[in-house]
Order: sequence, then C-alpha cells, then structure tokens
Amino acid sequence: MSKKLVTALTAALIAGGAFAQAAKEQFFPVLVYRTGAYGPNGAPWANGYVDYLKLVNAQGGINGVKISFEECEFGYATDRGVECYERLKGKNGGATVVQPLSTGVTFALTEKAPADKIPLITAGYGRSESQDGGVFKWNFPLIGSYWMAADVLVQHIAKKEGGWDKLKGKKFTLVYHDSPYGKEPIPMLTERSKMHGFELNLIPVPHPGVEQKSAWLQIRQNRPDYVLLWGWGVMNTTSLKEAQATGFPRDKMYGVWWAGAEPDVKDVAEGAKGYHALTMQHGVHPDAKVVKDILAQVHGKGQGTGPKDEVGQVLYMRGLLSSMLAVEGVRRAQERYGKGKVMSGEQTRWGLENLALDQKRLDALGFAGVMRPVSTSCNDHMGSAWARVHTWDGAKWNFSSDWLQADEAILKPMVKQAADKYAAEKKLTRRAPADCQS
Amino acid sequence: MLYRTAGQFKTSYAADQQILPIRQDRIGLAAILVLAFVLVPMLASEYYLRAILLPFLILSMAAIGLNILVGYCGQISLGTGAFMAVGAYAAYNFHARVPELPLLASLLLGGLCATLVGMLFGLPSLRIRGLYLAVATLAAQFFADWTFLRIKWFTLDNASGSVSVGGLSFFGLPIETPVAKYLFVLSVVVLCALAAKNLVRGHIGRSWMAMRDMDVAASVIGIRPMHAKLSAFAVSSFIVGVAGALWGFVHLGAWEPAAFSIDRSLQLLFIVIIGGLGSILGAFLGSAFIVLLPIFLVQFLGGTGRLLGFQVDTALVSHVETMVFGALIVFFLIKEPHGLARLWSTAKEKLRLWPFPH
Repeated sequence: MSKKLVTALTAALIAGGAFAQAAKEQFFPVLVYRTGAYGPNGAPWANGYVDYLKLVNAQGGINGVKISFEECEFGYATDRGVECYERLKGKNGGATVVQPLSTGVTFALTEKAPADKIPLITAGYGRSESQDGGVFKWNFPLIGSYWMAADVLVQHIAKKEGGWDKLKGKKFTLVYHDSPYGKEPIPMLTERSKMHGFELNLIPVPHPGVEQKSAWLQIRQNRPDYVLLWGWGVMNTTSLKEAQATGFPRDKMYGVWWAGAEPDVKDVAEGAKGYHALTMQHGVHPDAKVVKDILAQVHGKGQGTGPKDEVGQVLYMRGLLSSMLAVEGVRRAQERYGKGKVMSGEQTRWGLENLALDQKRLDALGFAGVMRPVSTSCNDHMGSAWARVHTWDGAKWNFSSDWLQADEAILKPMVKQAADKYAAEKKLTRRAPADCQS
Repeated sequence: MLYRTAGQFKTSYAADQQILPIRQDRIGLAAILVLAFVLVPMLASEYYLRAILLPFLILSMAAIGLNILVGYCGQISLGTGAFMAVGAYAAYNFHARVPELPLLASLLLGGLCATLVGMLFGLPSLRIRGLYLAVATLAAQFFADWTFLRIKWFTLDNASGSVSVGGLSFFGLPIETPVAKYLFVLSVVVLCALAAKNLVRGHIGRSWMAMRDMDVAASVIGIRPMHAKLSAFAVSSFIVGVAGALWGFVHLGAWEPAAFSIDRSLQLLFIVIIGGLGSILGAFLGSAFIVLLPIFLVQFLGGTGRLLGFQVDTALVSHVETMVFGALIVFFLIKEPHGLARLWSTAKEKLRLWPFPH
C-alpha cells in the first residue's frame, strides 16, 4: 500500500510541476462550483467565464499576451473557496484577478486580497458598500450591487403602479436566502419603505431553500402586493412552485439576478409565466456578436466548455461578462504599464479602477445591446448603476422594462456611511487623493 | 529493530506514569515538534501554511474537544458546530466591543462563553443517553444558527450578518503573515493537546471513562454523574469554543453562521470516529484524513488527468473525489473500526516484536 501511495504521490507531484512551468502568460484563477446544491447555476457561469478566456486566446490574447487559467471547484463552501484561492493565487506567475461568485467567499477574501495584492471582482454581488473605492481599494463590484438592484426593483414597481405616491400602504415581502447574500438588500429596502410608506416584511429561508412551506403560508396570510425574491439555486424553483401552489400571482414576483435565469424557471416552465427578474444589464443574448464569435471560434473548434445550447443564456452571459470585465481591466492596465506585457495584480487593479468601456469599445468587443458603457474611478468601483427587468413567458426570458438607473442620491450616502463604518471597525483610513492619482 | 523497549527500566513511579513511557516515542515527538515549530515555518509555502496546515490544526483542536465528550465520556454530541460558533461570535464581540482586550483574552473569553453554553446544553445528558442525547445536542446547533442569524446584536448590527476581524496581534507581535498565524495556532493547539492529554490521564479523565463504560457502576463506586458529565461538557466546549474562535479569527478572517453549520458538526464527529474514539492522537489523524485527503484527491486526480494528456472536467473530479473519499471511509471503518489511532497502536505492537513476530 505504501509503495503504491508513494508512486501515486510522485505522479501527482510531477503532474503538478509540469504545469507550473508555463510562464509569460496572464493567469486567471477560476473559482467555480459545478457540483453541490448550487451547481446547476454555478456551471453555466463557469462555462461562460472560461469560454470567454478561450475566445480571447483564439483571437490572439490580450495584445499578444496569452491567457492561462485553472479551475478550482469549491462547491459554494466558504472554507473550500478560501483553499482554492490560496492554491491558485501564486500559480503561474500569480493570479491576475479573482472572482468568487459567492458572497461568503467574497467576505473572506475581502480580508485577504489587499495583503496579496490581487483585485477582487464581484460583478453584481458581494458587499454593496465595497463600491466605495476610497475604503475598499481592492474590491470591484462592477456594474451592480445588491443595494442598487433593490433600488431599481422598487423604482420599477413604482413606475408600474404609476408613481412613487402609489406605493404608500402597499405591502412588500422579501423572501430571502438566509445568508449574507440574502440580507444585503434589506438596508436599501428599509430605506425605501421609510421614504415611500410601504410596508416591508422579511421572510428568511434557510439554506438550501427547499423548505418554504411556512414562508408561503405567511405570504398567504399576509397577502402582500409584491414579493421580492432573493434566492439562489434550487431555492428559486421551490419559491416559484410554492407561489404556484399558494396561488400568488407570478407577475407580482420580482427576483434579483441570481433568481432570474433559466435553471430557476425551466422546471416550472408555464407555472413561472409572468415572473419578473432584475438583470444586471444583460439578459439572454443568443444574437450578440460575442456569442456568435464563441460559437464559431471556440465551440466551432470543439473547445467549448459546456453544452452548446446553453451559450447565450442568462448565467452563461453573466460569466462571459465577468470574464470580459477582468480581461478589459488587464487591457486597460497594459495601456499604462506596457502593451504586450503580463500585468501583475497591482497593475490590473489600476486598470480596473480606470476602466473606460464606451459604446464604441463595447461594439468592437461584440457586446452591443448586451450592456451599457462602464466607467470606473477611484471613488466609484461599480462603474454603472443601470439595470433592466426581464419577464419569463413560459419558454424564454424577454425584456419588459427600459433601462433604469439606481438613485445615486440615495445609494451614494448609504454606501459612504457603510464604508466608513467598515473603515472604523477595521481602523482603516480613507485613501488619500494622491493615492487615487497613481 | 529501532523500536525496541528492552533495557528501558523504570525505577520511579514518576517515570512509569509519564505521558510517553517509551524513549523512542519521546524522541519521535520531539522530532515532530521540531519539525512543526522550526522546519515547517522555514520550508512550507504560503499555500500549505494557510490553506492546509491552519485548517488541519484548528479542526484537530476542535476534534480533541469533541473527543473528550464523545470518546472519553461517551456523550454523543451533534452540537460541535454550535459551540464553535458561540466561541467565535463571543470572541468577536469581546474583540470588537472591548478593543483594549488582548487577542488571547478574547479567544479565551470566547471559549468560556462556549463553556457556559455547552454546560447548559449538557444538562439534558443527566437524564437522557445515547441517540436521544445526540438529538438534544442537535438542538444546540439549530439554536446557534438561529441566534447568530437573527439577533443582530451579536454581529454588531451588521447589515449582512457577516462579521470580520483584522489586525490581530499577540503581545505586540502582529499575527498577519502566514508563518505568524501558523505558529500562533500551533502553539495554542499543542498546549491544548497537552492539557487534554493530562486531563484524561488524571482522576477527572478516569471518572469520564468510568461514566462512559457504565454509568451505574461508576456512580456506585462514588463518581458523581452530574459532576463527571458536566465537567466533560465544560472542558469539551471550552476547547471547541477556542477552536471556533481561531477558525473565525485566524483562518477565515470573515465569517457567517454557515461556517459553523450542521455540516461542521458532522464533519467533526466523523473526524473523531475515523481518527479513533478516546484518543488525542486520533483527533490529529482523523483531521488529517478528513481535511487533507479531499484536497489531495482533487490535486491528484486533476494532475494525473493532465499527465495522461487530457483536461479533466472539474465537476467530474469533484464527483470522483466524493466517491473515492466515501469509499475510503468505509474501507477504514471496516478494516479498523476503532479508528486510525488504533491502527497506529497495532503498528507499534508489531514494531516492538519485529522482525521476530510470534
């Protein structure tokens, strides 16, 4: 037994060593969860993320710098996620950026990333207050946060009702995943409910969210006007089924983007008809140029990561977009630190902080119609506060609203206050203006 | 041949009662300690220190705590995660609300809070036994989950319910680098293991074991059941609580109640069962098995896949990992139901006779 073990160990070591030698490549660690309770949602995201990296390589890399990447499966468990991060951060010349797709891991890495000098992109999730780059130097909740999402959803509902004053006396119920993720929107919704006089009820659902009978019994008794759904994975499907069973109108239900993709509604199909979900900019885009490019240059060559028919779906697009933002961060950094060079985490951080993706650039990248321009700065690490709402018609998602922008007048002070509180707890000082120049 | 006890005479009671009566064991342990305290910090990479050794050590410590309760006192507990959570959140509250308090004091106070909660949830053990007690301790788990998710006071009114700590220091020495963290945790774990070993060797440990083996007989010979059981719950929860605080403070840095979920309780129970009930060494062996093996399997499977020239799907690796891991647990439990620690003591017996077995 011991001899076999030694052989096996040696084999593993050689295998590990052979791949550590690839140098002069921009290394992207890919933290994914293709298994476990949230696997059905994690997998399309991971496929999109990796496919885009492959596409960039197929098109010649980032100004000639090829991308290397390695996946690490953590099953949405925070401690395994941290292990993955530690394993990958030093590999192949060091990690460029890290994107955990888990609020729990984001919280843990927020403490570690500054010391390791690796920027943390949390496109559409993570800490809402990390938008404040003055305190959260290494966090980038690009193109959206939960507070912004909550704000846009309330705006959308107000618009449908015919004005803010119509919200007075209405009853909102937030059904949320009982974790930091699910709790994130609460401060914003509370703020809005105070402003407009609607009643807000909170119903937490414990992980993984298959047990919701009591939650929906409460909804049946309380008869809210609207249900906001902050779920993830199997919880969303369960909520929709319960809504169907309870007879709660699906078109009065609004999900966040984690609750607005194909795996959430597919199994309910007709039963979910009329259900709305927020999209952080993009929805389903089978016709976008970038999707066609991937089908031709990645899937066409047999190198696609997931099933072909999933390309262009919501979560796949999410992965694609997250990947693109990271790559563009590197490209922007190259403009300053030297084209065709491998960028360090610190240089990439500058790139992400000075991201300027205008419409022309987006068109060139093939993202026309998928998203709006993004422009980040030292104080604003989010870059864009626009979102749309899409609705499930029983077979596919269709956009059902115009572009909506979160109210900066409400969002900004909340972000600043929460960031200051964090800084005070951590005894951090805000970055000096000089630090922002560099 | 090296492991021969011939010629080692004990001439005093003290020599006969020491922790490691065999000279080779003493040398071996000293070598391991030198390795752990000197060589590992010098040689191990950041990844090994932070992602492998830290969780291994902290979970070993929690397993020592649980082993006192389950292995030595025979009280099955499914509430370990809860006691870890109490330790972590209590230490966090002391740390954040009383900034003057040194880190070690916060950790120990966290442990003390866990002790109180542990004794409280240990009270049912005076009336109920076995599986029924396991269910009662399960209540502790759900109670802790609920408390730290719902009662905002414990998380300093943090909107998301997640808490974080930073800027740790120990008597002026910052605990920021992986090496510092490792050495800090290692010292705590070694001290705790030593204390636990001595406790279980003394009259307290004997009363626990008597209680485990037959509580009626134990009370007949004069051991107070309440005293024995509650002291086991207290000591166990204290160690588990400090381990929980270390897990939050040193390993994760930021955590939510999910870090101490029912999965953690079950994981620790498996560590104790696989490592060996009623053995301090077993806690370390079991923790190595449960923590390191899945990580090794993932690396190994991915590595061999690439060696053979094809890209292995991460999801596939993860599935295979679960299957192999499960199979190994079954294998070891069939081969040696008393755990890995028993394997080691059998090996020791054989080594003493080797190469002339009779």
